[in-house]
Amino acid sequence: VIRPGRGTLLATLPLGFLGLFFAWPLALVLGRGLGVDGEALLAPLLDAVRDPYLRGVAWFTLWQALLSTALTLAVGLPVAAVLSTLDFRGRRALEAATIVPFVLPTVVVGSAFVALLTRLAPVVDLRRTVAAILLAHVFFNVSVVVRTVGGLWRHLDPAPVLAARTLGADRLRAFLHVTLPRLRPAIAAASAVVFLFTFTSFGVVLILGGPGRATLEVEIHRATSQLLDLRTAAALSVLQLLAVVATLGIYDRTRRRLAARPLARTATSLRRAAGPTDRAAIAGAVALLAVVQGLPLLALTERALRVGDGWGLAHFRSLGAPTREAVLSVAPAVAVRNSLLFATAATITAMIIGTLAALAAVSGTRAGRLMDGALMLPLGTSAVTLGLGLLLAFRSGPLAGRGSILLVPLAQALVAIPFVVRTMLPVLRSIDDRLREAAATLGATPRRVWREIDLPIVSRAGLVAAGFAFAVTVGEFGATVFVARASNPTIPVAIYRSLGLPGQINLGRAMALSVLLAVITGVVVLLIDRIRVGSVGRF
Amino acid sequence: MLRNRRHLLTIMATAMILSACSSTPERPLRLLTHDSFDVSTAVLEAFTAETGIEVEVIPIGDAGSALNRVILTSDDPEGDLLFGVDSTFLTRALAADLFLPHRAAGLEFVDPTLIPSDDRVTPIDFGDVCVNYDRAWFADAGLDVPSDLASLAEPAYAGLLAVQNPATSSPGLAFLLATIERFGEDGAFSFWERLRGGDVLVTEGWSEAYYGAFTHASDGDRPLVVSYASSPPAEVLFAAEPTDSAPTGVILDTCFRQVEYVGILASTDRVDDARRLVDFMLSPTFQADVPLTMFVFPARSDVALPDVFVEHAVLPQRPITMDPARIDAGREAWIARFATTVLR
Repeated sequence: VIRPGRGTLLATLPLGFLGLFFAWPLALVLGRGLGVDGEALLAPLLDAVRDPYLRGVAWFTLWQALLSTALTLAVGLPVAAVLSTLDFRGRRALEAATIVPFVLPTVVVGSAFVALLTRLAPVVDLRRTVAAILLAHVFFNVSVVVRTVGGLWRHLDPAPVLAARTLGADRLRAFLHVTLPRLRPAIAAASAVVFLFTFTSFGVVLILGGPGRATLEVEIHRATSQLLDLRTAAALSVLQLLAVVATLGIYDRTRRRLAARPLARTATSLRRAAGPTDRAAIAGAVALLAVVQGLPLLALTERALRVGDGWGLAHFRSLGAPTREAVLSVAPAVAVRNSLLFATAATITAMIIGTLAALAAVSGTRAGRLMDGALMLPLGTSAVTLGLGLLLAFRSGPLAGRGSILLVPLAQALVAIPFVVRTMLPVLRSIDDRLREAAATLGATPRRVWREIDLPIVSRAGLVAAGFAFAVTVGEFGATVFVARASNPTIPVAIYRSLGLPGQINLGRAMALSVLLAVITGVVVLLIDRIRVGSVGRF
Repeated sequence: MLRNRRHLLTIMATAMILSACSSTPERPLRLLTHDSFDVSTAVLEAFTAETGIEVEVIPIGDAGSALNRVILTSDDPEGDLLFGVDSTFLTRALAADLFLPHRAAGLEFVDPTLIPSDDRVTPIDFGDVCVNYDRAWFADAGLDVPSDLASLAEPAYAGLLAVQNPATSSPGLAFLLATIERFGEDGAFSFWERLRGGDVLVTEGWSEAYYGAFTHASDGDRPLVVSYASSPPAEVLFAAEPTDSAPTGVILDTCFRQVEYVGILASTDRVDDARRLVDFMLSPTFQADVPLTMFVFPARSDVALPDVFVEHAVLPQRPITMDPARIDAGREAWIARFATTVLR
């Protein structure tokens, strides 16, 4: 239905966006570090590769990312299974809650984990271990698996599973041979995103692993921000990018081997939970989430409520006004408003670009396929490199200075677009072409086919994607702090400023703001998830 | 969707066309700073009322990153002045030739030891990086507070100290410099070897150490932390419940002095306005505002300190200092040696 010519047309805007806000800024930074003074372009790269310390860093970066991805899948898949096959009271709230950790600033999560691990220390001391890093990565990323895989899962046609069960397969067998193969595109997509996220992990590694452990991202940050060594920074950025491209190559090959399977024509494969097996499955999923996500959030909330030696709401009440009348002191209400505005603008931008990109990618043209991978690149690029690039690229003109109000959502959208594409593509790819053909045979115009067949499925996937994009952008800190101005602080910026001074009030405010950020995110994502577009659910 | 797409294209096209035009002349004077800067709204408004000059304060990262960012964009910087270059990075800033010479009014009231020989920067404030201790923890443990820098490496204090990585943290670097100035380079690194043997905790930045490890401010297990001489008054001022006594103390012998400077960026087209702002920053109005907004001491010795500073802040008589040129010559090698000695 989407003709090749249209695929190329659809790809124009996303590729243009990527060129202007990603490729060009990145090229500016790399150009400053590589090939300076007539030096061979490869020399800095070779120097970095030969350095045994940096080789060790690269190896650690790789294996911790692989292990983090595997663990996140191990926790996320069972939870996705329950949330996308069983309907029960509180299901939506639980699903929205899994995304909350995503938006929390790493320093806050670090503080919550320190509190938790200290209490756990008499039993098993995980402080400053790789295990602590892995736990935090699972905490952050479980929702990627739950939402990406769950988004596809609940649209799977239940008939083949029922058929297999009727033919004598037990639940496990039916899952392994019928459901799992059909989920593979989404699992591959989720794994790719989690891998990229943990591969470029920064704050978590520093806070929970201690400075003795570093990822490539940490080394790039040090070289750029502290040592002013752009040569090393550029070399490491290129290495990181090569690793990311290799990952995407593997992902693309895997994906193309897996043919898309038809989706259910019914709206959902959800069925009401009934019987002890279902209740046990739900209890299991809830328990799993309670341990990997609930405990750290509880530790965070406890800190926000701790006042002196007791507990109370004093820190929350103090959020009404800035601590003092000073230029850079942030009134939390203003930060909340800014965060909501920026995140909304960024979500809309990401949805427009991401949807066009996903439609172009599914069209199967060369431009579409190219973009499929290209849009993932910002996720795998060092935030400090990209931030510096945006700064160099947009120093003058309306996108700089006061115009940075425009640049903030654009920079945030760059991070959110891959999520939109990843969430929508597996669903788009799985739309059964026979549905379209049948509609066309029955006399529907192409426009009507699009409206009746594609749109309902696209918009459902789109809503999942929008919730994701909002969560990603509302908590975004790295790019925001680089391009935002003091007059427009967001909640994460306000949290960091509170944590810059000693005193219980400052810590309490930071923690209370974090809880507020978590609640706002949970509520907004829940609201987005509840939106119904057109005839969705009844076609 | 199509309409949105056209709209976005219009925005982006307009953006690109406008970016070719030059900026408007009526913009405010832009003061670039590190993230810890602040000034009371009323104080800055007083400057605008007096001179008609609007000021925009633009924080651009911690002290090290802010300077690097200005150096990287020196052909077309984001501001007219830079505040927050400290003594540990002064030589790098001067070598990059960022600033115009200016002899600020009021400099005669500044302690001569704070004034650099180069007139391209003006001292605005100073603070001491010192090891802080948790009074309640030491009282409960029945342990004496370490008396001086050298005793921190004693076995009795093993597992108690948290410091910051000098590669990424300004107080972390100051504390490393303190040990080098006190013990000499080789002596310092054998001191660090003993600290490592005593399980010293190294964090990335100040927040992670103070709010992630310090027993007084977190659930962590370190009653000794590298922080500032002004942290105890901040603990009193920002206590959850009103208190008369500071819950933390400062080990005076460990204090390293940092001076913070402001400089007029050579690329500015508002030199006269920038000079007036520098003079204002050294005026009694601004100087008196410094303690409670930035938790440092004013450079001028003739302004009164707020009560909470008088009662709870201590000023070491002989803080450790190091010549900026020596810092600049040794910084990177010392940071690398710290990494191999303590981190790897």
